[in-house]
Amino acid sequence: MAEKVSGFTEETVKVGATSLVVLKGGSGKPLLVLHEELGFPGWLRWNAEMAKNRTLLIPMHPGFGRTEKAEWISSVRDLAGFHSRYLREQKLAGIDVIGFSFGGWVAAEMAANDPNLFRRMVLVAPTGIRPPNGELRDMFVTPARVYLSASVRNPAATAEFGALFGGDETPEQFEAFEDARAEVARLAWQPYMHNPSLPHLLEGVSGLPTLLLWGREDGVVPLSAGEVYQRALKDSRLVVFDNCGHRPEVEKTSEFVAQVNEFLA
Amino acid sequence: MHIMWFTERSYHYDPEKEPEKLRELETEVIRHRSFFGLRNELFDAKLGSELLNQFLDEKIYSDELGFDGVMLNEHHGTPFCLGAVMDVEAAVLAKTTRRVKIVLLGNPVPTVGNPVRLAEELAMIDLISRGRLVPGWVRGAGSEQFANNANPANNRELFEEGIDLIIKAWTQPGPFRYEGKHFHFRFVNPWVLPLQKPHPPIWIPGLVSPDTVKWCAQKRFPYVALATKLEPTVELWNMYTQQAAREGYQAGTENFGYLQPVFVADTQEKAEELGKRFMFGGAFAHFARPEWMFPPGYNSKEATRRLARLNNGPNLPGKPIHAAGGDEDDAQIEAIRKAIYEGYPQSRKDLQMIAGTPDSVIPQLRKVLEVLRPGIFSFWIDGPIPPKDRMRCVELLGKEVMPRVREIGKELDLVDPFERAPGSTPLAASSEPEPVANAEALAAL
Repeated sequence: MAEKVSGFTEETVKVGATSLVVLKGGSGKPLLVLHEELGFPGWLRWNAEMAKNRTLLIPMHPGFGRTEKAEWISSVRDLAGFHSRYLREQKLAGIDVIGFSFGGWVAAEMAANDPNLFRRMVLVAPTGIRPPNGELRDMFVTPARVYLSASVRNPAATAEFGALFGGDETPEQFEAFEDARAEVARLAWQPYMHNPSLPHLLEGVSGLPTLLLWGREDGVVPLSAGEVYQRALKDSRLVVFDNCGHRPEVEKTSEFVAQVNEFLA
Repeated sequence: MHIMWFTERSYHYDPEKEPEKLRELETEVIRHRSFFGLRNELFDAKLGSELLNQFLDEKIYSDELGFDGVMLNEHHGTPFCLGAVMDVEAAVLAKTTRRVKIVLLGNPVPTVGNPVRLAEELAMIDLISRGRLVPGWVRGAGSEQFANNANPANNRELFEEGIDLIIKAWTQPGPFRYEGKHFHFRFVNPWVLPLQKPHPPIWIPGLVSPDTVKWCAQKRFPYVALATKLEPTVELWNMYTQQAAREGYQAGTENFGYLQPVFVADTQEKAEELGKRFMFGGAFAHFARPEWMFPPGYNSKEATRRLARLNNGPNLPGKPIHAAGGDEDDAQIEAIRKAIYEGYPQSRKDLQMIAGTPDSVIPQLRKVLEVLRPGIFSFWIDGPIPPKDRMRCVELLGKEVMPRVREIGKELDLVDPFERAPGSTPLAASSEPEPVANAEALAAL
């Protein structure tokens, strides 16, 4: 993937039998970042902004190419259990978390199982709940690049998106996308990209302030799913960006960073 | 030598009676860039009914003509193949034919999803046919995973585990409990078991996937290459033979089969004209779009790495003939159609299609047999062709071509799996195996 190498270092943490690759960048209180379904897109402007006063910890989900596959992980709830163990064993419980899309679903599963893992939670257009209106865009029926193009409202006008995914797809990119797609298929092929029990479990979460961020024109996870999240999570607030798709961190970087900073302050 | 023939049983209009409808169907396929997923409101059930009966009649006639086998396959959601549930056709043939082997290449174990049910279906076909079943297994094309919502990331595991369970269900006294990784059965005890003991012979078809070839060699299953180009097929034969040596046996002609597109008619001109129709709609290159041919996790990492660097691979299933977006105007569609049929002479040159009179096809068939030395050989007839011409082709193959191919088979010592059990020739651990394919004959082409 088109990665801005500057900004972070890489470390390996043993979680059970798995050597978890964690990218680490910035300074200040740690912030857990859970990446999306096509892998970690790279060190972007929002990362650099947040890294000014937070240490970003970005674990690479097992099986997505960077961290080896853990055969026993066969559902998103298993993956959430894996990351929860990582936090507990590294004495990171009580950390703030931000999860994007699929990574937001993972964060929500972790919180549903143990709300005390996090102090505050930011979910950016998470998958995981079936929207009452519209459909979760199926990432498996189209090439990765078609799915990506649908993730921003106006790809041509979104410079950072072009820098990340523009130009011809390289063999390395293709392989990285295929690694990610294969692992997401293993975990979320059916029911697709959601767990029907999640909203019910989230109703039992208390004492976890949550910020839900959504683009009004999200073409991947329709906004109606955000409304379900908001109703299920007692202590949550839904902020909607106008003229914005599935990637407010890229499409509305300044507003996004301001919202997150204010919430986590 | 085991000789049979195969057809995809494609959905098509009779080109003499309804040429315009046929052309429209082709245009739809080209515009859609895929046979798979073509909207099914284009399906005319009356035509479907006629065609399925026609295809069965052809197979029944083959029995009379003395073919050793009839080969069937299965695809879903596509006019490319009307055999959506092959076992239904096989059941009909089990009762309406007398001698031919019913060769199923193959049942898509991962997409069927219930190996015990498959074991029962196939046992019934073996019983009704009085022991003439040759079952085979496939992973199912990528598009099949979508048509059946089978998780492609588990495809190979489902394939291997499913086959083990089927064979267990046939051979291990029941009732027994089965707890696998993907399959769980409290009570495996099919009452209806195959007639052939310990179980019917198993053959595996494929498009030269190295993973499957090695697995076949380990299991001692004959591998039937589906009309793949000769050079990569020879490479894969060698890979099989090397793996067989590691398993302690010398592979022979009984371990290999080959499917060869042909068209035979009374004149060369007619055979070429009809043979060309094999290219209809882009043929296998338009079987499905790449993203449907290779769903997530369907390929091994090694295969994905190869695919990522392979822009113009020969015979790559799903390789797009054109990469446009489905909004082509009529002139562009015509240009694509023209390009498709312009590929015909090259396919003749590569022996990917052999067309002609019985006399003229024999020397070309001999070349293929000399290079690959398969113990199993299948003709492949396809394309939108009037029923009478298809039937005439089957007749000429059965009466004039097959006897001469059989003679060549004897001359080249092409022993089939019924004459010598695959994997029954031991090879000492230190010895180098003899190649089965003839690389010199390939180089001389």
